[in-house]
Amino acid sequence: MTLLITVFAAVIATVLWYNRKDDRMCLGTLCFLYWGASLMWLVDAIFEYAELKAEYFTPALEDMANDAFLGLSAVALGLVIWLVRLLIADPKGSVRAALKKQR
Amino acid sequence: MACFLVPAAEALVAAAVKKGAEKKETNNAKASETATEGKVKIPFSVKLKWLGRLLWGGSALLAFEHVWHGEIVPWFPFLTAASDPAGAAEMLREMATVGVGMAVLITLVWLVMCRAAERIVNRRDADDTQSMAEQEG
Repeated sequence: MTLLITVFAAVIATVLWYNRKDDRMCLGTLCFLYWGASLMWLVDAIFEYAELKAEYFTPALEDMANDAFLGLSAVALGLVIWLVRLLIADPKGSVRAALKKQR
Repeated sequence: MACFLVPAAEALVAAAVKKGAEKKETNNAKASETATEGKVKIPFSVKLKWLGRLLWGGSALLAFEHVWHGEIVPWFPFLTAASDPAGAAEMLREMATVGVGMAVLITLVWLVMCRAAERIVNRRDADDTQSMAEQEG
């Protein structure tokens, strides 16, 4: 479930990056973040499948819910990392302009 | 347990190599940035940046998963598996299998990505040349 959610996040981020109107949004960072995690969780899933065989595809409801919750939290963390990077890089100068205004 | 440490270590190596590549490229900027025999070449440091981002991104989210499962703790030795010899052995075994597998897969995908990127960059240029020729004709 975690893998599935991260793959969906990676696909959505990539589509957004492909259709980007503004290069300064650093959407590439988000793509790399989610694809990197997806590939790593894929390897994790392969090893788990090798151990559990068919049982891997019939997880307990509680485990599935926990995995889904983890996946969503990982996606949220990815978004926060991207946002922090965007605000620090401040490619549009919005943060700088807002701070200057307050002085 | 600590499988994400292997890709994280690879990310550190990639960052060090990238620094070296950047220095080399600025030294001979002409050769690295532009065409050799009419072909556009993506600088190696840029490709290494992609690898680094894939590795760091994946490692960060996997580290979060380990925190979620209670495998990483904020006190020494930080990895719960490392607190007893049996757990440490199991952790090292997992790093050697799953961790190395992760690093290898990411590197393979990156290699494919670099090759595809070179082709796309040059294909686009060929299209541009063709359209320019059509406009002139």
